[in-house]
Amino acid sequence: MNQDNRNMTDTTTQNPASAAASAVLLRPVKGKVIAVTSGKGGVGKTFVSANLAAALTRRGLKVLVLDADLGLANLDVVLNLHPKLTLHDVFTGKCALEDAIIKAPGGFAVLLAGSGLVEYSRLTPEVRDDFLRLMSEVVPRYDLVLLDTGAGISDVVLFALSLASEVLLVATPEPTSLTDAYATIKVLSTQQGRQHIRLLVNQSARLGDGKAITAQLQAVLNRFVGTVPGANAAAQSLPLVRLHHVGDIPSDQAVKDAVMRRQLLLLHTPGAPASVAIGQIAARIEETVIRADEDV
Amino acid sequence: MDMAVLQLEKVDALLRQAGVALAPPTEVGGTHYLQSVLDALCDLSSTDPLTGVMNRRAFLYVLEQELDRVTRGGEYALLLALDIDHFKRINDRYGHPAGDEVLRVITQRLRDTVRPMDNVARIGGEEFAVLCPNCPPSFAMAVAQRTRTAIEAVPINLPQNQGAIDVTVSVGGAFAMPWVKSVLSDWMSRADQLLYQAKREGRNCVRLESVLSADVSTEEKGLLFGWSNAEGQLADHGRST
Repeated sequence: MNQDNRNMTDTTTQNPASAAASAVLLRPVKGKVIAVTSGKGGVGKTFVSANLAAALTRRGLKVLVLDADLGLANLDVVLNLHPKLTLHDVFTGKCALEDAIIKAPGGFAVLLAGSGLVEYSRLTPEVRDDFLRLMSEVVPRYDLVLLDTGAGISDVVLFALSLASEVLLVATPEPTSLTDAYATIKVLSTQQGRQHIRLLVNQSARLGDGKAITAQLQAVLNRFVGTVPGANAAAQSLPLVRLHHVGDIPSDQAVKDAVMRRQLLLLHTPGAPASVAIGQIAARIEETVIRADEDV
Repeated sequence: MDMAVLQLEKVDALLRQAGVALAPPTEVGGTHYLQSVLDALCDLSSTDPLTGVMNRRAFLYVLEQELDRVTRGGEYALLLALDIDHFKRINDRYGHPAGDEVLRVITQRLRDTVRPMDNVARIGGEEFAVLCPNCPPSFAMAVAQRTRTAIEAVPINLPQNQGAIDVTVSVGGAFAMPWVKSVLSDWMSRADQLLYQAKREGRNCVRLESVLSADVSTEEKGLLFGWSNAEGQLADHGRST
């Protein structure tokens, strides 16, 4: 285990120069929780959550995908599931947690919010407490919980992100997506004291797109969010927030076909370039997130 | 209870001197009287005698409570630290009664400017603080500027026919963030540092914590998409896709 990876998993430390420097984030949940978010909507966040969960399940991990897009969930659409019981029924006490957790086509567990839960689209203390209780119950039962968050930087999204040990940001090479991704990173760095954010570039057109985008975002972040001086005068200054590129998913007709058929890409076209890429990203996430501190 | 055992003469004298009307000590058992003494002492120990607003001690208590609320409530709170510019000069030139009058007028203007739910306190010699619960960052600058201009707008009349003088304040502001348990001393020192920054950068101005914006400036976009060619590596990226 190198020092770099250890740092990457250490998300509880605060930004030294951040306004939240000595604030303590409310993160009572222990365990591996990755929040998948994007800033801009429609960049493939739910597609990534579902297929990544399938790929990680294939690697032998016990995975739960939790629909944290409480107001406008569409994980059910992507997975073509029609559950009778959802998170809403758990929150209102109509059913037990176990009854609402169902098995998705990819073999992973999924807990759906149920579409159109307007009362959960705003973060009230009740919603927050319900969610905290839920997390403390489900997280210990899985190797990994993926939070599929909503688009934007609303209080609900920020709250869901604050519960996660890792943030996986999905962006496409489009300028609007990059701008929103940048804004999200900025807020997470300054408001939640995040020092490490993982970036996945979806619908990349060319090999190396993601790496270049990561470098570009990092350069702007260093300039506008800032850096902290190194340990000594000779040491290089360190970025306040560091992006870690987890990989690209190439633009692929097979993705569109699978989405239209409401099937997981990994099941629909396992050999497609995008499928292969998701498999590689899953391997990298398993290595750097799940196994990262097991041998520490 | 035997009132004589408690030796309340001193506190009684102090409170009457401070103009507090106490219940008569002759009442049977003295409970009512004792309660009025305790209430009056609490008031006295939490109020600034010159201006009538909360003192530092009481304000710290209110801030602590607000932090608990913010941690649970999903709303931002804004803490403003205000300091009168060149107050020592006022005292030196016009005398302490004039300085006291300036403090009183500024207190009144602050109270008139903020919402009833906001708390104004005098936390040091010429230093004031305002706590604004439920104040999102998007409103904060307007709130802070309003307090500053309320002082600047009208000259303050001094006692003993010394005329009116222009007085200004410098303002620093820091947020307590929703769902985040902030540390009280840290919150105050962040506001203080911004106040010092306002002083350094010319006084009679506002400096607010700029941490909470999700806005992306034109300059940032320019760098992000290589419009300015500042970081040339990926200069064509944004436009080509």
